[in-house]
Amino acid sequence: MDYEIVIGLEIHTELKTNSKIFCGCSTKFGSEQNTNVCPVCLGLPGVLPVINEKVVEFAIKAGVALNCEILPFSKFDRKNYYYPDLPKNFQTSQYDLPIAVNGHLDIEVNGETKRINITRIHMEEDAGKLVHSGATISSSDSALVDYNRTGVPLLEIVSEPDIRSAEEARAYLEKVKAILEYLDVSDCKMEEGSLRCDANISLRPHGQAALGTKAEIKNLNSFRSVQRGIEYEVIRQEEILDDGGRVIQETRTWDENKGITASMRSKEQAHDYRYLPEPDLVPIVVDPARVAEIRANLPELPDARRQRLMNNYGLSEYDAGIITSSKAVADYFDQSVQNNGDAKVVANWLMGEVSKHLNSEGITILDCPVSPKQLTELLTLIEKGTISNKIAKTVFEEMWTSRKDAEVIVKEKGLVQISDSSEIVAIVESVIAANPRSVADFKAGKDKAIGFLVGQIMKQTKGRANPDMVNTLLRERL
Amino acid sequence: MELFKHTASQLHEKLVAKEISAVELTKAVLGRVDAVDKNVQAYITRTSETALAQAQAVDSKIQRGEKVSVLAGIPGALKDNICTKGIKTTCASKILATFVPPYDATVAEKLAAVDAVILGKANMDEFAMGGSTENSGFFPTHNPWNLETVPGGSSGGSAAAVAAGEAIWALGSDTGGSIRQPAAYCGVVGLKPTYGRVSRYGLVAYASSLDQIGPITRDVTDSAHVMNIISGYDVKDSTSINTGVPDYTKSLVNNIKGLKIGLPKEYFVAGMDVEVERAINKAIEQLVALGAEYKEISMPHTEYALSAYYMIAPAEASSNLARYDGVSFGHRVEGNDIIDMYKKTRSEAFGAEVKRRIMLGTYALSSGYYDAYYLKALKVRTLVKQDFDKAFEQVDVLITPTAPTTAFKLGEKTNDPLAMYLQDVCTIPVNLSGVPAISIPCGFAAGMPIGMQIIGKPLGEETIIRAAYTFEQNNDYHKGFAPLREV
Amino acid sequence: MKITCKDVANVALLSRLEFSESELETFTGQMDAILEYADVLNKLNVDNVQPTAHVLPLRNVMRADEAKPSLSRELALSNAPEQEDGYFKVPKIMEG
Repeated sequence: MDYEIVIGLEIHTELKTNSKIFCGCSTKFGSEQNTNVCPVCLGLPGVLPVINEKVVEFAIKAGVALNCEILPFSKFDRKNYYYPDLPKNFQTSQYDLPIAVNGHLDIEVNGETKRINITRIHMEEDAGKLVHSGATISSSDSALVDYNRTGVPLLEIVSEPDIRSAEEARAYLEKVKAILEYLDVSDCKMEEGSLRCDANISLRPHGQAALGTKAEIKNLNSFRSVQRGIEYEVIRQEEILDDGGRVIQETRTWDENKGITASMRSKEQAHDYRYLPEPDLVPIVVDPARVAEIRANLPELPDARRQRLMNNYGLSEYDAGIITSSKAVADYFDQSVQNNGDAKVVANWLMGEVSKHLNSEGITILDCPVSPKQLTELLTLIEKGTISNKIAKTVFEEMWTSRKDAEVIVKEKGLVQISDSSEIVAIVESVIAANPRSVADFKAGKDKAIGFLVGQIMKQTKGRANPDMVNTLLRERL
Repeated sequence: MELFKHTASQLHEKLVAKEISAVELTKAVLGRVDAVDKNVQAYITRTSETALAQAQAVDSKIQRGEKVSVLAGIPGALKDNICTKGIKTTCASKILATFVPPYDATVAEKLAAVDAVILGKANMDEFAMGGSTENSGFFPTHNPWNLETVPGGSSGGSAAAVAAGEAIWALGSDTGGSIRQPAAYCGVVGLKPTYGRVSRYGLVAYASSLDQIGPITRDVTDSAHVMNIISGYDVKDSTSINTGVPDYTKSLVNNIKGLKIGLPKEYFVAGMDVEVERAINKAIEQLVALGAEYKEISMPHTEYALSAYYMIAPAEASSNLARYDGVSFGHRVEGNDIIDMYKKTRSEAFGAEVKRRIMLGTYALSSGYYDAYYLKALKVRTLVKQDFDKAFEQVDVLITPTAPTTAFKLGEKTNDPLAMYLQDVCTIPVNLSGVPAISIPCGFAAGMPIGMQIIGKPLGEETIIRAAYTFEQNNDYHKGFAPLREV
Repeated sequence: MKITCKDVANVALLSRLEFSESELETFTGQMDAILEYADVLNKLNVDNVQPTAHVLPLRNVMRADEAKPSLSRELALSNAPEQEDGYFKVPKIMEG
């Protein structure tokens, strides 16, 4: 049977603050275990939390950018459950009055625009990290706990079950990520866990209004795993339903290596989080004027930037979309253009050579060894005729590894284009003399033969001869 | 008179006049502890060495002619739920028997800043849950007025220490009456400040929306002095009030002319000791004779306060006490896996009353019961608070007994939790409303002290101190010293 | 009865406490008495009453986003029942 796929995403993103949400410990990633901890984030007896104002500001920013309503009165609550990565055995989060509600985001999939509604955005603290010796945590005899991440501020962005395919889920996640990056509120590094995603997935026969029973998939730690995890889960549920079975409401974890989802159901009874208002924190009241001010000062967001690239530089919607899907790439583009680079040429290089090299090394543009200024200088050499497009690719290769400027490489390697006509004439004449057969062929009307002669000239000049001049001079001599 | 029988303000005069030294005073009180604590059992941890070093430092300052605070060099005790850096803080629980905080509570920092001498950490009901100090995980404390009776609780160790001359002053904490009721039972002065007046940072939480630290002293004057030191805004406590602290000693004025006193009739509950009722009525007459205006008022939701409290406090406690799990600090009992370890640790190391309240609170918050119990209790809390708001439109202070009876016998109520809870009936509404209240001695019944509670408006500490001081100056109940034999 | 042994057993599980049969019975009896007493709350109509979670009228108490020194790792681990290589060590974890 053909089912409708219903997906809701819960995105967790760590906020880019200096200090944790409720204490002054650093949020720095990668510190030695248990060195960014204090009595407050260790949950020692007697400690009290104090809200980091930046977290609230970032949450409002994200709320506004995701078209949410910012609640004028919001509060923190305790979510109670026992787990060793949670020192207090409750997570300070927001329950019935989150900071932002009722938002939406428009995504494009296969050329069509679709609106995904956002239920809510709330602030909460992250948990610590468990390290285990065995293959999985359950198969290890013991575990080690590092509380550095405990109390790092998180936003949880919960979508409505409006997503209908793995592609849509991926597009939505990519767009949320791009917006958070543009707002500069999160690093959104999925590989470091600063952006994480859980998916609620259910199926229902087309036309049925009621939702099917859902499974929650955790541990979707990359765009690839979001897509693969959802695709797997859809097939799993389809098979169950086709066999006349029932999907069990449960939490499942995505196993990237095996490419499957597996049940996390424990023998303990279902969670009962016993939320209660956090008595150690007072409510947050947001003045509409503050929201208006934040709205007015929002940075340019991906959709606006894409439009600007199309309008100002005549880029295609597709190209502009690719460039603006990452703030860092778009920034690289803008900086290159500001250095007098030709926008379309920059765009081609970004999506061509630059992107090819980044992908093969598995790094992001933030770690690109060639700076926007260096790239523009390279492109200027082409424009001035100092080097050909083909030589430029060789130079770029060299820039990537040596980090030297294009001009230096061109000089060192003697790659300057030969545009001196007397020098080229000498070579053209010698090639004509050495290849009488090709000359005869050409004169007999075989136009292709000229290609061979050009090739010979380029070979002798190691590609440095100005191609236009070679063509003109050759045809004159013939 | 022996040094340990004096008040802090009296001893301060002697120190600055160089009649005595702080070391001499500290040794005298330490000697008293040696002589009587075997019977009273007020202390869990004693810090005699550091106390003498602190006293020595104060003597040097006085020798150098430096100005010192009223509490400088004066030995006191801290309830053992107030965190002290490098000094064991147990909450009288086996689960924290070896816990040494790596940080100081804000009040501990403030006391250190004025060179107060700390003799040790006082016994209490485990995690401040109880009204007799019999729930201590280690041993019960005895009432210095009669060793067969309880000192009250949960700050029983603090109150008994002050009453027995084992400390000149002490800090307690009050969630439902835990400063005032033991102060009443032990014949001393206990003040619960307005919620938010004193920082809770470093006070091990029982019920966070109700807990407040306050002084237990021999007289109202000392209470005002200690309040001056411990009160004030703290950036580490989001629920602390950010307004200036008045000089509470300016309220030590023997004059209540025109003060409007309200007597809420609902506080005179069934089961109240007739001697207690008589003592309060006599005190009211006396206050009226001193110039106060008196009127009986009604606070109709009083009868619901106890039930609301026994939902709200356990609910918060169930969450606050979840962290005692054997993972990163405190006692651990090994188990087959982590859940087994949690269960064994908590079941073995928590006492019955703590478990009872965790269970009650968990139940009140659990799915299906939240609306019926916890949410309803929060709504009743609103009504109780409104009773106070309305009462204070008519009067300046409210006067009630602190507890329905005087101190009861050890073991008398240990098997009947509800009977124990009923001892808090006069004190609990005050915590639910967040207002300040003081308990002062106002008579004796069969040789045991009776406490009178004076309740004030939010941040109305000055008014209750003035009323209490006036009553005290016109009586001598506070001058009686517990007839304790040294052994 | 307001509460049964089964309810109490479930609450014990949520509270990470364990009881013997006889303890469970005692607790059930005591909790039942307390809940019976608390039933007085149901005499009141509180439908139109706002709950009070905080007595103070405080709002927006926050701190600036400044990183402060943390504890030394030695001090952070000083109360640990068990530790290894700078980590807190715990027994086997069952997922869930």
